[in-house]
Amino acid sequence: MNNTGSVTVLQKYQRKRLNQRGQTLMYLAFGSIFLLAITVLGTLVGDIAITTNFTQKNFLPHMAHPFGTDWLGRDMLARTLKGMSISIYIGLFASVISAVIAAILGAAAATLGKKVDAVITWFIDLVMGIPHLLLLILISYALGRGTFGVVVAVAISHWPVLTRIIRGEILQLKEANYIKIAGKLGQSKMKIVVKHMIPHVLPQFLVGLVLLFPHAILHEAALTFLGFGLPPEQPGIGIILSESMKYLSLGMWWLALFPGMVLMTAVLLFDLVGGSLRKIIDPHSAQE
Amino acid sequence: MDIGPYSGILKYIGKSIIKIISLLIAVSILSFILVSASPVDPVRAFIGEIGMANMSAENLNKLEAYFGVNTPPIERYWNWFTDFVQGDMGTSLLYRQPVSSVIHVKFMNSMVLMTTAWIFSGFLGYIFGIVAGLYRDRWIDKAIKGYSLLIASMPTFWLALVLVMIFSVWLQILPIGLSVPIGVNAAEVSILDSIKHLILPALTLSVIGIANITLHTREKMIDIMGEDYILFAKARGKSRLSIIRNHALRNIMLPAITLQFASISEIFGGSVLVEQVFSYPGLGKAAVSAGLGGDAPLLLGIAVISATLVFGGNFIANLLYGIIDPRIRRGSAYE
Repeated sequence: MNNTGSVTVLQKYQRKRLNQRGQTLMYLAFGSIFLLAITVLGTLVGDIAITTNFTQKNFLPHMAHPFGTDWLGRDMLARTLKGMSISIYIGLFASVISAVIAAILGAAAATLGKKVDAVITWFIDLVMGIPHLLLLILISYALGRGTFGVVVAVAISHWPVLTRIIRGEILQLKEANYIKIAGKLGQSKMKIVVKHMIPHVLPQFLVGLVLLFPHAILHEAALTFLGFGLPPEQPGIGIILSESMKYLSLGMWWLALFPGMVLMTAVLLFDLVGGSLRKIIDPHSAQE
Repeated sequence: MDIGPYSGILKYIGKSIIKIISLLIAVSILSFILVSASPVDPVRAFIGEIGMANMSAENLNKLEAYFGVNTPPIERYWNWFTDFVQGDMGTSLLYRQPVSSVIHVKFMNSMVLMTTAWIFSGFLGYIFGIVAGLYRDRWIDKAIKGYSLLIASMPTFWLALVLVMIFSVWLQILPIGLSVPIGVNAAEVSILDSIKHLILPALTLSVIGIANITLHTREKMIDIMGEDYILFAKARGKSRLSIIRNHALRNIMLPAITLQFASISEIFGGSVLVEQVFSYPGLGKAAVSAGLGGDAPLLLGIAVISATLVFGGNFIANLLYGIIDPRIRRGSAYE
């Protein structure tokens, strides 16, 4: 019997693929790079986004204009990128402000006693009681609409959910055994906060901040779409979509389809980045 | 003080109502501050730019007095508040009608739209969630989960536009906008027409609303299917259907219903956008017109009404929690 030709393979050698953690990291990198690319391209696009060219109006998407052109002959791809980058800047600013408000209020509610806690919780209920979009309209109205109005409205209205998370997190930490033991061992309050609490809360805070992004961007676009946000000469995504409404019945579907898709992709990617970040930071789920 | 098995609930209801009233007053104050802080001049908004130029100083003064331009804000709020309690919300500048009657009409329109979407999305989301949770990691779960995640990132108004493109422009089977066909008197609209004009907005809102409840129900279903009592039921040889009916449905219904009542705020936000795209004459569209047209009384009225809806929804969610879950009903969760 000649066995040399057929060896029974119990376990086939497989090229090492990425493990779960590596995969998550890859998602994170992919999402971040893509978003960065949109922002940079949109910023660099400059005047192409507003240059009109009447010899090239109402073009269907083709090689030279992948997203088509509008009724003034403006390249839709350039407009979309520009609009998306504006949205991302506003989203960045708004999430940072909202997250800082959330951190301060959340920490105050959890540490400054029952009365402060009750006031802040009541305030969260109050802000969450007005439908978010209506609150945005009200704030924008109070500030006389325009870019300033939309930026402020989006920035100061996104804190309630994150405040709740941070408050809950700190309240839970205060009851945790290792914090209590640290106190019994005679460590100073300052040291406990710096050494034991902040390392635990900070990652949650960062993830919360990234996950605020998609909300902020969607709300900015919605508010602009309704006519409260960016002025019409700006190529905001909301502006593009609300203008496209007038041309839909003429069959110019590309005016709305692609810009909306880019907006949706950006939101999805931010969710992906935030979700991956959460998985990586939390040791319980890093290998999932 | 323990009078009967329901004293806990009664106490809870009383407490909640007081809290809701305090929150509503706060909402009205907050909205009032925001509306008053606006640089939009009510007199200018009322008579327009041309009117301003042609108006005599005497009449201007009269109007300013009427709108209370020179009255201190606290007094103005108090006047508004006492009127509001008596059912008078002021006069809408855009519609030249009492705000209460404008809101009444718009509210009815919006309610038809939102209730339809609310029931559809709740029902479908619940079923999708159960199916996905039951067949975890199979293709149907992946499809439902993928759909939900995609929808959760989708801008509501863009989905509305896409649906218009497909059903109205391309297939031409449904009307583009307006709840009333052009050239037809509002009173003569047949029910069929109104339904036709309701389909697309309601569809958009439902599709958006499904995502959240599906994902939550799915999570709960997976949790419950991993419980020991489900394993024991399987070991007893019970069929899959009877396990779902007897052991899973009730347990999952609780979070689903709570979530659905708590989602009124989001549905309202969605309806603002959807109504704008489809020119549907509801509260959302009125809020946008009021904001753009400087109609402060109407905006204020809508803010308070919508907040009442949201708080009411949350309150019902908490109450139902107790009615469906016997542990909470008998226990002290309401304390």
